[in-house]
Amino acid sequence: MAEITLDQIIQPENMVYTRSRIMTDTVLHYCPGCGHGTVHRLLAEVIEELDLQSETIGITPVGCSVLMYNYMDIDMQEAAHGRAPALATAIKRLMPEKFVFTYQGDGDLAAIGTAETIHACNRGENITILFINNGIYGMTGGQMAPTTLPDMKASTCPYGRDVQMMGNPLKITDIVATLPGSYYVTRQSVHTPGNVRKAKKAIRKAVEYQKRNQGTCFVEIVSNCNSGWKMTPVDANQWLEENMLPFYPLGDLKVPEE
Amino acid sequence: MKGNEAVAEAAIRAGADGYFGYPITPQSEVMEYLMAEKPHERTGMVVLQAESELAAINMVYGGAACGKKVMTSSSSPGISLMQEGISYIAGAELPCLLVNVVRGGPGLGTIQPAQSDYFQSVKGGGHGDYRLITLAPASVQEMSDFVRLGFELAFKYRNPAMILSDGAIGQMMEKVELFDPVPRSKEILPWATTGKTPDRERNIITSLDLDPKRQEDFNLKLQKKYREIEEKEVRFEKIQCDDAEYLFVAYGTSSRVVQKAVQLARSRGIRVGLFRPITLWPFPSKEIFAMTEQVKGILSVEMSAGQMVEDIRLAVKGKIKVDYYGRMGGIIPTPDEVVEMLEKKIIGG
Repeated sequence: MAEITLDQIIQPENMVYTRSRIMTDTVLHYCPGCGHGTVHRLLAEVIEELDLQSETIGITPVGCSVLMYNYMDIDMQEAAHGRAPALATAIKRLMPEKFVFTYQGDGDLAAIGTAETIHACNRGENITILFINNGIYGMTGGQMAPTTLPDMKASTCPYGRDVQMMGNPLKITDIVATLPGSYYVTRQSVHTPGNVRKAKKAIRKAVEYQKRNQGTCFVEIVSNCNSGWKMTPVDANQWLEENMLPFYPLGDLKVPEE
Repeated sequence: MKGNEAVAEAAIRAGADGYFGYPITPQSEVMEYLMAEKPHERTGMVVLQAESELAAINMVYGGAACGKKVMTSSSSPGISLMQEGISYIAGAELPCLLVNVVRGGPGLGTIQPAQSDYFQSVKGGGHGDYRLITLAPASVQEMSDFVRLGFELAFKYRNPAMILSDGAIGQMMEKVELFDPVPRSKEILPWATTGKTPDRERNIITSLDLDPKRQEDFNLKLQKKYREIEEKEVRFEKIQCDDAEYLFVAYGTSSRVVQKAVQLARSRGIRVGLFRPITLWPFPSKEIFAMTEQVKGILSVEMSAGQMVEDIRLAVKGKIKVDYYGRMGGIIPTPDEVVEMLEKKIIGG
């Protein structure tokens, strides 16, 4: 049998998967195994599928995903730490016909930006918030986050988070779900292929629902930080399942009444 | 109408797209007037009370990045809270209008008028090498006029502009001739984030560049813009300076007191004039230096511990005597005090 060459395999009729055209050619700077790239891709696919490129304005946070605007072929603004929901509020009110989203980590959204998060959701701003919760400050080198689990180690709690001394982790998504202004609130993960598919469905809903003008759509993605957690990617995903998910259980916290 | 109300009415008439603010004395009338006027019905302007000054300035950032005509107003402690956002706006080269109705500080200070935020406005205020175009109104009329001018300059240079007022001008009532309303702009600016269409590359609004060379190049570009503004946008007023032997320099509320002081001094045979900077940045340094050919000494009159006097000294380059007189804590100097200090510190000194 003749040997099949790579060129023969790479043919349009053999194409089963391709990168979303909303993703740029820029190589992601994220650590191998990190969940950010997956969530970027899911969001890009949803924007492409719903044909929203020319309607979309995204806000990047301060944190690992600060450079997200290098990876997505859409108009983006880079916010100060924690302030993305304030930017999004003004953009959506000034241009109500656009699709406006923020992409924020746990330090950004649930520590320094708590006021902006709570008040934007409480006012029912018609924006979509993607909240990546990996329980640690990744970019600055693994410090304790508002969502760091009890007894979990980080560079500013090297002996584990002592809740008596350092306070408790904040389940901000649960708070958001209680606010009258939030419309769709869900918690997902991207640590297994099955969860990736579920997360994509949730992101798609959170994007589509914005057209209804019924309030804030909020998607938490429980994610990993293998560098910050000092684990291999595989171990990090296993640790996530065994430790993060019992504390941050997956599923919808608030769904629209149909 | 009140100075604060004039700002609000002028904002609607200037075709502002959005106002985002947080209550603080002595400027709360700006948002109160806007809300009562229902600008969303008059022009479609968005007015929103934010949860904090931090949120307000970042709403301004978001709106400005869409190329919209957006503004906020506050008073000293609130403006301090906004400094991070102002630095980002300057760093991202976005146009917006900021209004500071200054009260005495430091800290919570007082709710009475002061001019003690001069340094904060003209030297940057937030982090990094940036400048705010700073306009100093001396009347309710100028509170209105400078809203239009402030927006104009902000968009011309893609740079934040600030109206540096104070509690006295914000609160006092005077007659105002309001300018004719202009409709809100429908123009989509080429750099604005309004959604990437197939005919252009994506627009990114950021103040981040991790590459030192590119960051320095960007800073050099900013500085070039600032030099251009210094060259072209200096504004000032000279009152009874033609035959002056001595000179007062004062802006805003102080300049009104000093106008009286000029009359009083002249009634006593002292030939003194008033130089009133209208733009505090760019500062009229060349014009003040030119006055050193004519006058023997300058007294800077400020409601602060002496801030503008530093810029006057830099402008004068030691050629003639420069001193300062001022009151703080919300106290406005009297014309008598001012003339007495001119005699003591400049003429007799």
